[in-house]
Amino acid sequence: MQYADIVHRCFRCGYCNFTSDFQDFNCPTYNKYRMLSYSPGGRMWLINAWLNKELQWSEHFADIMYSCATCNNCVEECVQNKFNSYLSEIFIAARGEMVEQGLVPPTVRDYLKNIQLSGNPYRAPAEDRGKWSEGSGLTRFQNDEYLYYVGCVGSYDERGQKMALALGKLLIKAGLSVGILGSDEKCDGNEVRVLGESMLFEELARQNTDQFAQLGVKKVISLSPHAFNVMKKYYPDYGAGFDTLHYTQVLWELIKLKKLNPGQLEIRVTYHDPCYLGRHNGEYRAPRKVLQSIPGLSLVEMRRNRKDSFCCGGGGGNFFTDILGSGPDSPAAVRVKEAVATGAEVLAVACPNCAKMFEDAIKVEGLEDRLQVRDIAELVLESLKD
Amino acid sequence: MYELKFDPELCASCETIDCLMKCQYISFDLQTAREERDRLNRGEDSFVLHDCVTCYACEEYCQFGNHPFYQIVDLQEEKGIWPTPKPIVHSQIKMYSPKGTFEPKEVEGTAFNMCLFPDFRDSIKGKLFEDTTQLFGRDLFCNLVYLHYAKASVIRERVPQIIKNFASCGIQELVCFHDECYATYKSWAPAYGIEVPFKPVHLFQFLIDRLKENRSAIKKLGFKVAYQRPCSTRLVPETEPMLDELFELIGVDRVPRKYDRETPLCCGAIMRASGREELADEINKKNIEDMLDAGASLCVFNCQGCYAAMGEMVAQAGLRPILVHDLCKLAIGEKV
Amino acid sequence: MDRVYNALKEIVGERFVSNQQEELYLYSRDPGTMDPVWPDYVVMPASTEEVQKIVMLANQEKIPLVPQGGGLVLSGLTIPLKGGILVDMKRMNRIIEVNKNSRYVIVEAGCSHGLLQSYLNQNYPDLRHSLPDSPPISTVGGNVCIHGSGHLSQVYGFHSDMVNGMEVVLPTGEICKIGSCSTSPYWFARAPLPDLAGLFLGWFGTTGIMTKISLKLYPHKRMKDVMLFLTENPEYISDIIYKVTDTEVAEDITISCAPKPDWMDGFQLTSIAIVGRNKAELDFKFRTIRSALASYIDSREGGFMYMPPAMKHNFTEVPLRSTARFADVKKGGGFEYVGAIMPVDKFPDAYRAGHEIAQRCETTYSLSARIIGRAHCMMFSCAYAFNRADKADVDRAKQALHETNKAVLELGGIPWKAEFPAQQLILERMDPNTLRLMEQVRKLMDPNGIMNPGNWEVK
Repeated sequence: MQYADIVHRCFRCGYCNFTSDFQDFNCPTYNKYRMLSYSPGGRMWLINAWLNKELQWSEHFADIMYSCATCNNCVEECVQNKFNSYLSEIFIAARGEMVEQGLVPPTVRDYLKNIQLSGNPYRAPAEDRGKWSEGSGLTRFQNDEYLYYVGCVGSYDERGQKMALALGKLLIKAGLSVGILGSDEKCDGNEVRVLGESMLFEELARQNTDQFAQLGVKKVISLSPHAFNVMKKYYPDYGAGFDTLHYTQVLWELIKLKKLNPGQLEIRVTYHDPCYLGRHNGEYRAPRKVLQSIPGLSLVEMRRNRKDSFCCGGGGGNFFTDILGSGPDSPAAVRVKEAVATGAEVLAVACPNCAKMFEDAIKVEGLEDRLQVRDIAELVLESLKD
Repeated sequence: MYELKFDPELCASCETIDCLMKCQYISFDLQTAREERDRLNRGEDSFVLHDCVTCYACEEYCQFGNHPFYQIVDLQEEKGIWPTPKPIVHSQIKMYSPKGTFEPKEVEGTAFNMCLFPDFRDSIKGKLFEDTTQLFGRDLFCNLVYLHYAKASVIRERVPQIIKNFASCGIQELVCFHDECYATYKSWAPAYGIEVPFKPVHLFQFLIDRLKENRSAIKKLGFKVAYQRPCSTRLVPETEPMLDELFELIGVDRVPRKYDRETPLCCGAIMRASGREELADEINKKNIEDMLDAGASLCVFNCQGCYAAMGEMVAQAGLRPILVHDLCKLAIGEKV
Repeated sequence: MDRVYNALKEIVGERFVSNQQEELYLYSRDPGTMDPVWPDYVVMPASTEEVQKIVMLANQEKIPLVPQGGGLVLSGLTIPLKGGILVDMKRMNRIIEVNKNSRYVIVEAGCSHGLLQSYLNQNYPDLRHSLPDSPPISTVGGNVCIHGSGHLSQVYGFHSDMVNGMEVVLPTGEICKIGSCSTSPYWFARAPLPDLAGLFLGWFGTTGIMTKISLKLYPHKRMKDVMLFLTENPEYISDIIYKVTDTEVAEDITISCAPKPDWMDGFQLTSIAIVGRNKAELDFKFRTIRSALASYIDSREGGFMYMPPAMKHNFTEVPLRSTARFADVKKGGGFEYVGAIMPVDKFPDAYRAGHEIAQRCETTYSLSARIIGRAHCMMFSCAYAFNRADKADVDRAKQALHETNKAVLELGGIPWKAEFPAQQLILERMDPNTLRLMEQVRKLMDPNGIMNPGNWEVK
């Protein structure tokens, strides 16, 4: 296994479980289960024991490994600066080892199978992929300045589609030269990669980079931080020659250039940093700048923000595999309660996965009349209507 | 072993004894100065050897280039006088000892000597520093700091090899980020007859040349700045006009003040290491008050050590601390 | 079906009990050198009542119970030597009450030091508690159980001295209050009642499970600085400490000695923390301490190291992240130390012994001492890093630890939070009447012998 020479170096000191000020347990699985096994340090020791054959694989072992949301809080907080940057990658490598041995949980197996067979996790037809864009004014990419890449959740999930549409309308309104791929769009592979299926990921990465190259794509706007992450960090290994931007970065540029001029919106908003935009890629500023550019909008921070943001629980493939699960201690439930505590009426998000996770949690927690989940693009669009 | 080129007869013939009379930390009347000069010349003990704060200034004050400060340091060591507590000196000698495993580095473009300041690597980027190769590490450290510790023997022992290490990189010129490195190769090594087979280039000169190449990008800054002149510039006072030229290029006003030019005050770091905290506090206070009285809004540092020692203090006093290369980056619109 | 497992599930709910290999594996060992012993169950109670039910169950089943806090003792005190139920207390981490004017806080025993520090910073910025050097997940309960010490111990003593009172579940299942809270609604002191806290403090969980603790809080002066005094003669240290503590203005005082980095080899670095409400107070303390050590500076035998302000954070940070980094010195994720509680004037002997043992055992070491009280004693530690992937290296560290324990006892010190073999060395030397008293106390309190058995017992 890659990184096998590192796993034993974890001291299990526990910094990885916390926020930077130790006020909360910030590892989503440790916060929920509290057993050492569900902490990053526990995982390191278990992987080491499995590799050394001190422990045999079990379903429970696989669940522990696959419950990790790859939120990178441990990477941020681990004090062992000689190897802390590899922590999430070590967990992914252990998953890869299980994939190779055919030892993954059923929901992981199904997810990967669906991607392989249908090109998306929903087993939906490819021709439906661009349906969300009807009425948006967006057209097929044709030598445009930007490619708007939507991803599986934005294309097929009802909540994701609303986000995708809102952003599409904004980009058109701003007069941007932008196109989409519609039914030709393929899965970005971020979740495939973090679930440990490196072969399938390579295939997807190659397909996408080849397709983008053929079309002459120079700049990609990604709806999802997950696709943004994988295209920015891993696609260059497969010859990608384009720049990838998260949509909040583009919106902030458009606002600065006065191509978008947000209107009045009298609301109190708190913003949730998605892991793959924040901790994984260090972008904390653009989403806040966009929100702050909306006149009347008051932005309040949750106690855990920026590098200390608490994952929605949908990362690391859990959005689809649901191994981390729901319930009152689930990350999304904890997070929406934290959002309510700020007094905000809107929980702003910048990721379709987060949007869905939080909307579900709000329903389960019965907080519908106290908190609404709104994507940043939706908020900007709404402000323009006035 | 390399010997200092010091001429006692020349020293004895000096009437003004500027080296002692102009000292900012020990007061002399001419008669006392003469007596102590004569003692030093005869290689005898003198209170000068005990009270010297090692500010290097007498090297600049001597009109004959006769190296009175280097002579003081050699005498201190010879007589076992410790300006600084022994454990501090011993640990510092260990801390910066060469690793002895230097591999010549391929230099592309200009060789840029970062001395022992790897933390500043990222700040040496941008338009002004294009096409430079950074060199740093204990095997390239100038070691001149041991002048403060009466340990010239350590410098004599290490510098020839350091010079060889640089030379092994095939360089003709070496830009020095740290003022003290420049002083080592330009002043100290020649004073001890050590050959330097490359041309040391002062950071000021490098910045002037690069700014001229980017003249169109320069936006005059219009700042009033106080300059914290470091001890090492006393060994190479010829660099002072370079700084004036540099400031003029980027449009900053070096405010005239009591503690600049020929009478700057030490940053205090060495005094603190020597156990002279009260003196360090006093001169820091006088120095910063002087900067404020002169109407400066920034304090410009040329030495990374001074910056570390005084940066926070000047910031607390309301002055923005900035290193000279960062100031130049600001002038061409780059972020620092 | 497993009867005990089902009963535990009934008490705490399914998510918080395990008899699966993954949890049993992890709770069978700690990051130190002690060999693992597997528990049969791991359970995480959320309340005193749940703890009580678990204790009753253990009595009924005659099965050992091992309470665990942060699990970072390193010396295997929560390795279940005789199997049984491992009780991870970290779900009981609530901060129950802060009495600001009486300066105490009541916490559940599994409350982490990190959480308490953060809570006080946010809600009571004028108050603070003493943190150990262990990582922030270490718990208040676990630490007082072992007579821990921390960054305020030079001023206020051991962490166990800072306990005002506690709630304990006795080995027979009764919930018992100790200190003023046994008689009053307030948890302000152990006096004037007979001090029953001694039945629990320092007993490694062999006499009951602490569930709530009242801890003393102290004024929090926000400005802090550190003075680093360097010497190269260990004989000077006890005098230096005497002089510095005599000023009564220093806070934490530690001495560190290590062969790495190079510039530390052969030196003793005394780190003296000072705090103040304002710069004038800080300056006064700074000058006072400098003047106390002037004779060393004048003779050039010792001096304050100059440290740029930006680097001081590496010394003033609480908890100190660099402590955990020592585990990676050998790229092997392990270290353990003998922390000996001993008189300060034994420093030179302990220093020499530490060096000799490390050399003999060919292992990487770090020596340090924390002053407790006004130099009433010190916690002198010899820490050995090891690579857990290399059995020979682990054995070398284990041998060094064993030799250090013996050397410490020879010097008149006592190993702190002693691992099982070191406990045996201590018990061998203990006054027989003291030992008998300990045994009688144990027998009386824990008739079924269920509480962390193996510890504080003659083999």
